[in-house]
Formats: sequence, C-alpha cells, structure tokens
Amino acid sequence: MPSEAGKAPAAARGTAKQAGRSPLGLNLAAGAGLAFLHLPLAFILLYAFSDEDKSFQFPPPGLTFRWFGVAWDRPDIWEALALSIRVALVSTALAILLGALAAAALSRAKFFGRDSISLLFILPIALPGIVTGISLRSAFNLMEIPFSYWTIVLGHATFCIVVVYNNAVARFRRLSPSLVEASMDLGADGFQTFRHVLLPSIATSLLAGGLLAFALSFDEVIVTTFTAGQQRTLPIWMLGELIRPHQRPVTNVVAVAVILVTAIPILAAYYLTREGEHVAGAGK
Amino acid sequence: MTVVVTPPQDGALRRVSDVLIARPGLLLMLLLTPPLLWLGVVYLGALFALLAQSFFSIDEFSGTIVYQPTLATYAELLAPANLDIIVRTLVVAAVVTVLAALVAFPIAYYAARYARGKVKALFYLAVMMPLWSSYLVKVYAWKLLLAKEGAVTWLVQAAGLTKILDLWLAAPLVGGPSLSVSYTGMVLTFLYLWTPFMILPLQASLERVPATLIEASDDLGAAPRQTFRHVILPLAAPGLIAGAIFTFSLTLGDYIVPQIVGPSSLILGQAVYAEQGNAGNVPLAAAFCVAPIAIMFVFLALARRTGALDAL
Repeated sequence: MPSEAGKAPAAARGTAKQAGRSPLGLNLAAGAGLAFLHLPLAFILLYAFSDEDKSFQFPPPGLTFRWFGVAWDRPDIWEALALSIRVALVSTALAILLGALAAAALSRAKFFGRDSISLLFILPIALPGIVTGISLRSAFNLMEIPFSYWTIVLGHATFCIVVVYNNAVARFRRLSPSLVEASMDLGADGFQTFRHVLLPSIATSLLAGGLLAFALSFDEVIVTTFTAGQQRTLPIWMLGELIRPHQRPVTNVVAVAVILVTAIPILAAYYLTREGEHVAGAGK
Repeated sequence: MTVVVTPPQDGALRRVSDVLIARPGLLLMLLLTPPLLWLGVVYLGALFALLAQSFFSIDEFSGTIVYQPTLATYAELLAPANLDIIVRTLVVAAVVTVLAALVAFPIAYYAARYARGKVKALFYLAVMMPLWSSYLVKVYAWKLLLAKEGAVTWLVQAAGLTKILDLWLAAPLVGGPSLSVSYTGMVLTFLYLWTPFMILPLQASLERVPATLIEASDDLGAAPRQTFRHVILPLAAPGLIAGAIFTFSLTLGDYIVPQIVGPSSLILGQAVYAEQGNAGNVPLAAAFCVAPIAIMFVFLALARRTGALDAL
C-alpha cells in the first residue's frame, strides 16, 4: 500500500540530483504507460452518454443525458449506496483508532517480536483478499454468527487498519522525539503532550489514512461477497450487473458516479499528506 | 505555533500519566492491545479456523464435513485437475508480474530521476488516481474495451491491423473466440489493475539510488545498458519484490476478473469460490487457500531479507 514514505520528494531527502534531459525512449515509454493507466476510464465516461443500450458498440451511435435521470430514479442503487457509505464510515473510524494505536506503539519502540507484529498488520493486504473473505465466512459459520451490517464492517476494518497504520507510522517516524521531550520538560504530562503536541502533528496523516481507508472500504468487493449475506453494497450491486447485465447504460452512469466519489477522498488525502512534509521537527 | 497555557494537572490523571511514562513497557502494552486483539482474534483466528478445516474432509454422499483429521483433502488438491488450476494461476500471476514491471519501470524511473516539482506531483497523482479508483469500474472498463463490438476492435480495424489480431486470437493459449474471453484479455485486465501497485514501491526504491552512482558508472565507461544491469537493477530489487508481492497476491486472490474477462477454465480464486460456495466443500477450498498463503510467505520472507518491506 502506498505510504507517505513513498512520496517524499527526492529533494527533501537530500539526494540532490543533477540529472540531464531524459532520453526520448524513456519519455515515450513513460508516456505510453501513463496513457495505458488513464485511457480506459475515459471510455467509461464516454459510454455513460451512449444512446446504445444493448451492446458496447464503439463509437457510440449517439449521445444522450437520458441515463443519468434513469439511474437517479432507481431506489435499489440508492439503498446500496447508503449501505456502502454506512459501512465505510464505521470501518474507517475503527481503522483510524486501531491503526493509530498500532503506529504509536511500533514506530519507535524496539522490542522482541516487533517485526512479527508489524508483519501481522501487513498480512491482511499481503494475503489474497479471497483468503481473508473465506476465512471470515467460515469463522462466522462455525460460530453461528448470522450475516449482518456488522459482519461487513468486521471484514472491512481488518484490511483498512493497515492503510491508516502505514500513513501514521511514516509521520511518527518523521516526528522529532525532542518535541515530546520539550513538552515534558516544560511540565506537561503525558496526556497534555498527546493533546497539544502529538495529536496536532499526526492529525493530518490520520485523516489522510482515514480517507484512503474510506475509499478502500467503499470500493471493496472481494471480501464483501463473503461477509454480506443477502445485503447489497454498491460494489456488490455493480458486480451483479457485470455478471448479469439488466440495464447497461445505468451501470455506466453508476460507474461514472463511483469514479467521481472515490476521486475526492484520494485527492484530499494527497493534499493533506503533501502539506505534512513540513511537519515541525521533521528536519531533525 | 500558538502558546497553549494549560495549568499542570493534579490528581488521578497526572498520576496515571506518571506511571505510564515511568513504565514505557506498560504504555506499549496498552497501545498494542486493542489492535492486536482485533487482528489476532478477528483475522488470525478466522485464518487458523480456515486452515484447520483443510485437515477435515467432506463426506461424498451426504456432503457434510467429517470432523476427523485427515490428509485426504490435500491428496485431492494434488489431483491433476486441481494442480492444473494452481499451475495455470501461477503462470498468469508470473506473466502479469513481469509485464507490470516492464510497464511500471519507465514511469517509476522517470518520476524518480527526471520529474521535479509540479511534474513530479502530477506523476504521483497520475499513479495514485488509477490505483485507488474503483476496482469494479476498472474491470468494467476492460469489459467495454475488449467487447467484440468495442473500442479495441474498432481501433485495430482503423489501424488496418485486423489480420494480426485474428492471427493472435487463432494462436493457442493466448487466443480465443474474442479478446474478452481469452487469456490475453484477462492478463491485460490484471495488468491494468495492478500496475500502479508496482510503480509506487519501484519508484520509492529508485528514489534511493544515488545519482552519483549512476554518474560514476558512466564515468568508468559503462554503457547505459551496463549501468542499468549492474547498478540500477540490483538497487531497485527491493522495490520490484515489494511490487511483485502485490501483483502476485492480488492475482492469486482474484475471482472476479476471470469471471468477467477471460476463458472458461478456472483460476485459483474461482476454484476457491466455487468449492466453498456451490460445492460446499470448505475443506478443499481451505486447502486451495494454503497454496497462495505459502507462496506469499515465501515472498514476504524474501522481502524481509532484502529490506523490501520498507519500500511498501
């Protein structure tokens, strides 16, 4: 998972590079790669306006706004959307709490078993999602827990923790320990130091991690199919439409909406952690 | 910074704070307990419960699980049909990983070595946006693109390359009736989905390659190819391994892409899904899960030795 560590500009790390101009071949390869990453989503955008509703004909025979209205009037979509948002909010809150605690404990301390514990936090994203999903499902079955809103949240929070943890750990490591020491020397107790020194310094990284966790949960489908039972989150609704299409243009419109909804937290998280490069005490 | 004037607290809170500061071990334990409990109980507990089930078997007549320890399920896993699935999945994952590394490298290298300021931020966003945008929407995009009447076919026709596409589709293994039901389509979709996960760690490790090393290599007379082979590539290895963890793990665990784009023969994720779902054979599904878990642990061990986990 992307962490703050990956995005510090090289200049900030003191590796002054005087690179010349990039070779043409590299420019072309990088450009082609970026085009490959971005063009497919542009097609979704185009198809949302297509007035052909039986096939994916390209180029679309005509363009229309009609499907946006049709999608707006579909109660099943609104219900799925509401469930997705409720799940994502609670999973994110849990992930922020647990991820922040884990980051606070593991960012500086050295103790026996520390590596194994940090591996444990990475495990839910390092192991295939289907393993997480089927494990949870069989555990619910064994313990005779019926599927509910909370079984979905349980699964989502588990793999959201690592996103918050990664963001917070990177910030904790950049935070100068002398800030905490100074606060203590000046007579603050542990809680005051936490409230007035630590929390303001890590808040944006927690928020950024939380936004990414929200996007992750909002979009998750592989684990969710195992823990949702009969409930339909928006991704599960969409999966159903992908396998057995009922009204393709409506799916196209929902896809565009989902692109827009997930883009907002990602951009917000980016701006939050970008400013985080200038955390007090970061320069040692 | 604003001046915060808070009088020193007295009483219980202060005493708790003093105890915690005097005993960092206790503080550490208090911090770690909630997340460890969560992951230990919810995640590891469920994982071990699943793995334990792989040592049970299913009664062929009643279809119920027999709670007798046995290795019969593993013997079933090694049956040719099931081994086929595992091997096929590994090949797909390996091909996707190699292709992702090829697509990712120029982007990561440019971003790490040449991009500055605004351009660098743009590069970063250009990788983050597709990485975080909706998985299903991305799969859907490829269903649209690869459909027989879709944009790829249209583009190939417009470029006058229909013959080449037909030859490719007629080829064994990579081909099929159309792109959307061929291994080519499946690999392309996986490649599109996982490439950003390769770029980020690769870029992080390339950022750490000192430019002076590359200059030194040039000065000592190495051709760019030699510099790449002997200087850049070894130093980028941790990033490549970290990226491969994602491309491998994500491919091994996916059962949705091959369902929507790809041929009818199963890959691992679909097999697990089918066994635990319609077939109701949770022991075999659990045994199937052991394969990706074992592979990922080998990867993680490798990653730890090369320090790749820091590049995540």
